[in-house]
Amino acid sequence: MQSAQLTEEQNAILRSRPTVEDRNVSDHAYTPAENVMSIAESAEAQPAIRLRGLVKRFGSLTAVDGLDLEVPYGTCVGLLGPNGAGKSTTMKALTAQVIPDEGELEVLGYQLPEDSKQARAAMGVVPQLDNLDVALTVEQNLLVFAHLYRVPAGERKAAIERALQIANLLDRRTSKVDQLSGGMRRRLLIARALLHQPRLLLLDEPTVGLDPQVRQELWALIDLLRSQGVSILMSTHYIEEAERLCDTVTIMSHGKAVAVGPPQSLIREHAGPDALEVYGPPLRLRELEELARQRGWRTRRTGTSIAILQSNGDTADLDGERRVTNLEDVFVLLTGEEIE
Amino acid sequence: MITTSRRLHRLEGAALRGVMVREIVNFSSFWRSSTFSSTVDPTIYLLAFGFGFGALVSRVAGYRYIDFVGTGVVATTVLFSGAFPAMYGTFVKYTFQHTYDAILAAPVDTEELVTGEALWVGARTGVYGCVPMLVAMVFGLSPSWGMLLVPGIAALAGFGWACFGILIAAKANKIESFSYWQSGLLTPMFLVAGTFFPLTKLPNWAQVLGNVNPLFHCVQLVRHVVFGTESVADLGHLAFLLIFAFISWRLAIRFMERKLIL
Repeated sequence: MQSAQLTEEQNAILRSRPTVEDRNVSDHAYTPAENVMSIAESAEAQPAIRLRGLVKRFGSLTAVDGLDLEVPYGTCVGLLGPNGAGKSTTMKALTAQVIPDEGELEVLGYQLPEDSKQARAAMGVVPQLDNLDVALTVEQNLLVFAHLYRVPAGERKAAIERALQIANLLDRRTSKVDQLSGGMRRRLLIARALLHQPRLLLLDEPTVGLDPQVRQELWALIDLLRSQGVSILMSTHYIEEAERLCDTVTIMSHGKAVAVGPPQSLIREHAGPDALEVYGPPLRLRELEELARQRGWRTRRTGTSIAILQSNGDTADLDGERRVTNLEDVFVLLTGEEIE
Repeated sequence: MITTSRRLHRLEGAALRGVMVREIVNFSSFWRSSTFSSTVDPTIYLLAFGFGFGALVSRVAGYRYIDFVGTGVVATTVLFSGAFPAMYGTFVKYTFQHTYDAILAAPVDTEELVTGEALWVGARTGVYGCVPMLVAMVFGLSPSWGMLLVPGIAALAGFGWACFGILIAAKANKIESFSYWQSGLLTPMFLVAGTFFPLTKLPNWAQVLGNVNPLFHCVQLVRHVVFGTESVADLGHLAFLLIFAFISWRLAIRFMERKLIL
């Protein structure tokens, strides 16, 4: 259903993308370390990203506090947490723009920060902050990054065309970036990160600040990339985004991983099958919270209502709306914080 | 577990080219304004001083005054086309455009980033540096073979000043702090470089300051090659420019690393 939102051209170009299996070294002659692919493939059993005990302090603030994280090849992993949880610091550590104080980092088989340049040559990064060259056209932006990602001269033109098709920007190639909409700019950022056909894509809050409709369009694109075998690590504070796109989710709070697993099993395990959402005046909600406490249920205040969780269906005596539980419930239960 | 990988080297050609291509493509969108200011500024200085002072003093240090200024103004161009674009460019790219985030996420290190950008500014300065000389030729400066060395001298000095500009930007947390550098250091340097008047008539302390001013050494070199009066002393001027460029380059890299890599 999601891929219906992509154009025919996008689908065609993504389908024609080589899968992990039929790529070989010569396909990637332009990766600067010619052995990038062979290393990565011989290490297929290794994850695309492995972090062990990552710690990063900024003065007295500990931004990341002993984080473990794995992204197996071909999967999409979500880093979920509120602002300030340490997601962006973690993402920056993966491109060696943040040097950790402690811990081990391995990306595509390379140790960081020592060998980060090879790792960067084989991965694509979509930043949270738009850093396109606004005075340049769409095509010029891609040309510059084809050079920075060392796509060889003979393949540059084809790489740019492919990127334009993926991003559905073929008819905007001569537009200056400052004439593009927010959604187009974000698509261009993704296209830019795919010029060198990376095996790993880092997406830092890929849909932050976009309209719901544009967001869905990007989800379809990301989902399709994953189905083509690209490993993806995505940080997000949108619960729905993580639920829809990620194979596994690491929930972060105060620099630590508080839960790891596939979204559905995290929900089953922590929030139970369903929640009862009860609306009422503040006094009634306080009474309910007290009742829930006595009966050993967990509750979550959401503005004008409270959600009763982990009740095992014993709520027949209460009036409310039954709804399926979601990752947001899990998050609040585990961290005691609301996510947005 | 992977130990067989070939480490990518420092200062790789591919990375430097990538950084310079970005600069060149961007330059294609603003070359007119940049060329305008880099050409018109020194020309105005040349005409104002050449005719203004030229009416009062006909010869200075053995040269026709217009020839003296025509060669000296190369130093102004080096400062205007080297240090200033590097200062403001670096600041804007870091603070407003987040360009360095994008470049450092590609296989480019800070050392390559700084070097590539400074090389490009240096190359540009090599070209712009010739403009005042060409204008002076219109007003009677005689052509000479030594003039062919001027682009090289301007490019070397331009590279050094570009690195200096980058290191100022790396140290600045807000654009207002550029004022201190500009008024406190760059403007005095630009005046006490032997551009408009020779240092020899200045008080001793000013002469000493002039001698540690890279612009002064640039002016001396340019004048000597243009008028064919080179001497062994020019090797000293050249060495000074090389050392200035090298130190600024390494410091620019170090300060940018501190700023960009957390």
